[in-house]
Amino acid sequence: MIDVVDVSRRYGDAQAALDHLSLHVSEGECLALLGPSGSGKSTLLNLIAGLDRPTEGTVTVGGTRVDRLSEAAAARYRRATIGLVFQFFNLLDDLTVTDNVLLPAQIAGRPAAKSRRRAGELLETLGIDRHAHAYPGRLSGGERQRVAVARALMNRPPLLLADEPTGALDTASGTEVRKLLVDLHADGQTIVLVTHDETLAAAVATRTVRLVDGQVAA
Amino acid sequence: MSAIRTVVRGAQRRRVSTIVIIAATTMAVTATVLAGLLLAASSAPFANAFAQQHGAHLTALFDAATTTKEQAAATASQAGQAIGPFPVASVSSRPGPGTPPLPPLTVAGRADPGSDPIDKVTLLAGRWARTTGEIVLARTDLMIPTGTTLHLPDGSTLTVVGQARSISQTAQGWVTPEQAAALGQTGWQMLYRYADAGTEAAMSAHKTALGTGVQTQSWLDVRNDAAHRTQLYVPLLSAFGLIGLALAALVIGNVTAGTVASATRRIGVMKALGLTPSQVVRACLAQALIPGLIGTVLGIAAGDVLAIPLMSDVADLFGTVPMSVTPWVDAAAIAVAVLVIAATAAPAAWRAARLRTVDALAVGRTPHDGRGRVAARLAARTRLPRPLSLGLAQPFTKPARLLAMLLTVAFGTAAATFAIGLSTSLRHVQAADQKPATSADVVVAPALDATDPSAVIAATPGTAAYYGRGPADIAVDGLRDAARGTVTTGDAHWAGYEMLDGRWYTRPGEAVVSTGFLTATGKHVGDVVTGAGHGPLTLVGEVFDGSANNHLYTDVASVPGQRTFLEWYVKLQPGTDRGAYLATLQNQNLHAEATRAEGPDGTLVLLDSITALLTVLLVSVAGLGVLNAVVLDSRDRVHDIGVHKSLGMTPKQTAAMVVASVAVPGLIGGIAGVPAGYLLHHWAVPAMAHGAGIRLPQTTIDVYATGLLAALALAGVVIAAGGALLPAGWAARTRTAVALRTE
Repeated sequence: MIDVVDVSRRYGDAQAALDHLSLHVSEGECLALLGPSGSGKSTLLNLIAGLDRPTEGTVTVGGTRVDRLSEAAAARYRRATIGLVFQFFNLLDDLTVTDNVLLPAQIAGRPAAKSRRRAGELLETLGIDRHAHAYPGRLSGGERQRVAVARALMNRPPLLLADEPTGALDTASGTEVRKLLVDLHADGQTIVLVTHDETLAAAVATRTVRLVDGQVAA
Repeated sequence: MSAIRTVVRGAQRRRVSTIVIIAATTMAVTATVLAGLLLAASSAPFANAFAQQHGAHLTALFDAATTTKEQAAATASQAGQAIGPFPVASVSSRPGPGTPPLPPLTVAGRADPGSDPIDKVTLLAGRWARTTGEIVLARTDLMIPTGTTLHLPDGSTLTVVGQARSISQTAQGWVTPEQAAALGQTGWQMLYRYADAGTEAAMSAHKTALGTGVQTQSWLDVRNDAAHRTQLYVPLLSAFGLIGLALAALVIGNVTAGTVASATRRIGVMKALGLTPSQVVRACLAQALIPGLIGTVLGIAAGDVLAIPLMSDVADLFGTVPMSVTPWVDAAAIAVAVLVIAATAAPAAWRAARLRTVDALAVGRTPHDGRGRVAARLAARTRLPRPLSLGLAQPFTKPARLLAMLLTVAFGTAAATFAIGLSTSLRHVQAADQKPATSADVVVAPALDATDPSAVIAATPGTAAYYGRGPADIAVDGLRDAARGTVTTGDAHWAGYEMLDGRWYTRPGEAVVSTGFLTATGKHVGDVVTGAGHGPLTLVGEVFDGSANNHLYTDVASVPGQRTFLEWYVKLQPGTDRGAYLATLQNQNLHAEATRAEGPDGTLVLLDSITALLTVLLVSVAGLGVLNAVVLDSRDRVHDIGVHKSLGMTPKQTAAMVVASVAVPGLIGGIAGVPAGYLLHHWAVPAMAHGAGIRLPQTTIDVYATGLLAALALAGVVIAAGGALLPAGWAARTRTAVALRTE
């Protein structure tokens, strides 16, 4: 599903964040990217998500050359293909939980009634339906991350990208999210997970890749 | 580097927003300078110009045939100060290639009119006459351009080398003394200044002291004429000046408050590292003052440059001399700008100093206090595309910024509404003034042998209606001089005179009069006036007359003693060929020609130029105010923009969201600004007319059609969207990964 071939990403004259890295992820796989800070994990995730472009090499996801997409095409690609979960949730504080979850569908112009039904199902599945009309600021960290996962799954993306999904959570909340990811993967969701957390990687991932200085560690 | 400098430098590193802050402040201070100059120029323009030129209290013209140069010079001792005698001649010009015919001009022979101790004439264009064959003309509505050659009756020529203005109106042109003698000197001119010149009695005594047979002109008469003219335009320029000042203060205040607020997180970091509250206050003030002061300096320079053409136009309007760049206006503009910056920055700085460090650090990352949630909920329920509904709700999260943007747009819209209304009103006034000349299709000049052409006109195929009209001097008891009269014969009700009150006369013995007539005589519609040469005339209506004269209109039969030459005005039946009709009349030895409207007069063009300049400036200030607010907003929300983009929002959708964020303040500001501009117009236009001693037909005031008002209300959205376009583009181009990393 994902083919990263000989990809480098440099920022000015600094050392390359990614240095001639190649990687393949199959459909249905859950890959954990491990490594210390500055090893290039998040940069790689950004390239796969079409949020950034490589300096060299190619990134192909589901047959689409992501590295060649214009900004508008990249946006449409994300709507259709990618669900993103961030370490700090990135929920919009002035929107209710439901409105946050609905956002990807609304941006994509999906039918309103169908989207509402889907949002309701997701909130129920993830156990946060009682907070549907609350604002994110009132929720615990774990609940907020569940909302973020619900939002990421709203458009039924074939690929879920999670960047340190438990990094900002306490132990109990981290455990909740870990279970959630396990369940999603069990349902066939392809996941690429960036984490420092070896326990999370061990519990969720079918394969782990360790990055060091922008390269896959031997 | 000091901690304070760190905070300030950090803010300056945000180049785009710093440029916008400086640009907005520059524009606002430019508007302040011009507004201040307008208010200053509108305040006692004659007195200021008179003082500047050290004007003549009394201008005397001694007949050269009866008074010697020495006798004229001897009168200097009667005044506190005097100059002269200068030779005076009369110049008549024949029409020539590129030269219109000119009425006889009184020209003074002065070697250096720009430097004499009295009546320092201001050169407006070109240069002074240096030798024979050259003349400098007083700038009047005749507008003879520099370089024109005047052809004198004796075959000689004079080249116009400059244009000048004497506030004391001592001459209509200036030549060298030798040239004045060569032109055929008719008199000697003396100019006097007195210690006591403030009353009619004092000036009358000074005139008497010069003896009989001397033509004199008192500065009090000149001042009265000037007051009449300046009162016409003071409300207009004052209105623009006040709008400019208010808008400038609003934009500067908003820019400053936004600048300080945007540094809160940085300040939090510095506080965590040990910055004291007093250092925070100083840092905030410095941060606002540095770009503010740069903008202020640039704005003063731009204002002084723009003031040159503007003040020249205003001087032409007032008939005075251009106000030079005034240091006190610049100083006042700087003071206003600094005061507004300090007054807005101080509370924001104080708030920042009192903010708990932990809260300052968390700004932009923690949920705010719930402001704007209702708007967000309501917007989410609309059927609009989500990027638009997100944008619509966005300004409600910052009510103070929303209010400032709303007021900025309202002021811009009010200025545009006022300017458009004013321009339309003035055009309607001119159209109403010209209507009696243009309502007919054909005009037949009076025959030299005074034969009556009405029978021929009536018999000519195609004639729909006609009437005769001519001038007359009509004596009216209670008026020192005869009223300017217009007499008509036949059915003149279709002539197009705009009635202000009552009705058009229908029979001899009835008359309609101008507002100036009613004011001068103290009469009202319904009263009867008497006078020599006619029977009692019942005033049945008040008619609009743009000239503010004592004007009386009646049937020619009402004034049987009057002998007048009538012009005949003819309305043609629809479909009549005017050329063929004219040929028919001309074949019968009548001098007939088609009527035509005159083009806009010089004053109208001048007013259009001033209002256009001021409107563009004020709308630009408003647009920049919006631009600044949107830049600040976009920067505050850059992380949210990143989130939206990560969820699939395209650049176009992002731009649409940012532009939509100004739609509500643009619409509300526009809707609020239109009535403000409308009311200002409905105050200023009648006030201008009142100053000129005339009353305007309601049609010249009610110039706003519903469609125009609706379009003007939407102008608020256009101003706001115009201001938001640039930041929308920046937001659209922002790299998602970069935006997401932004704290």
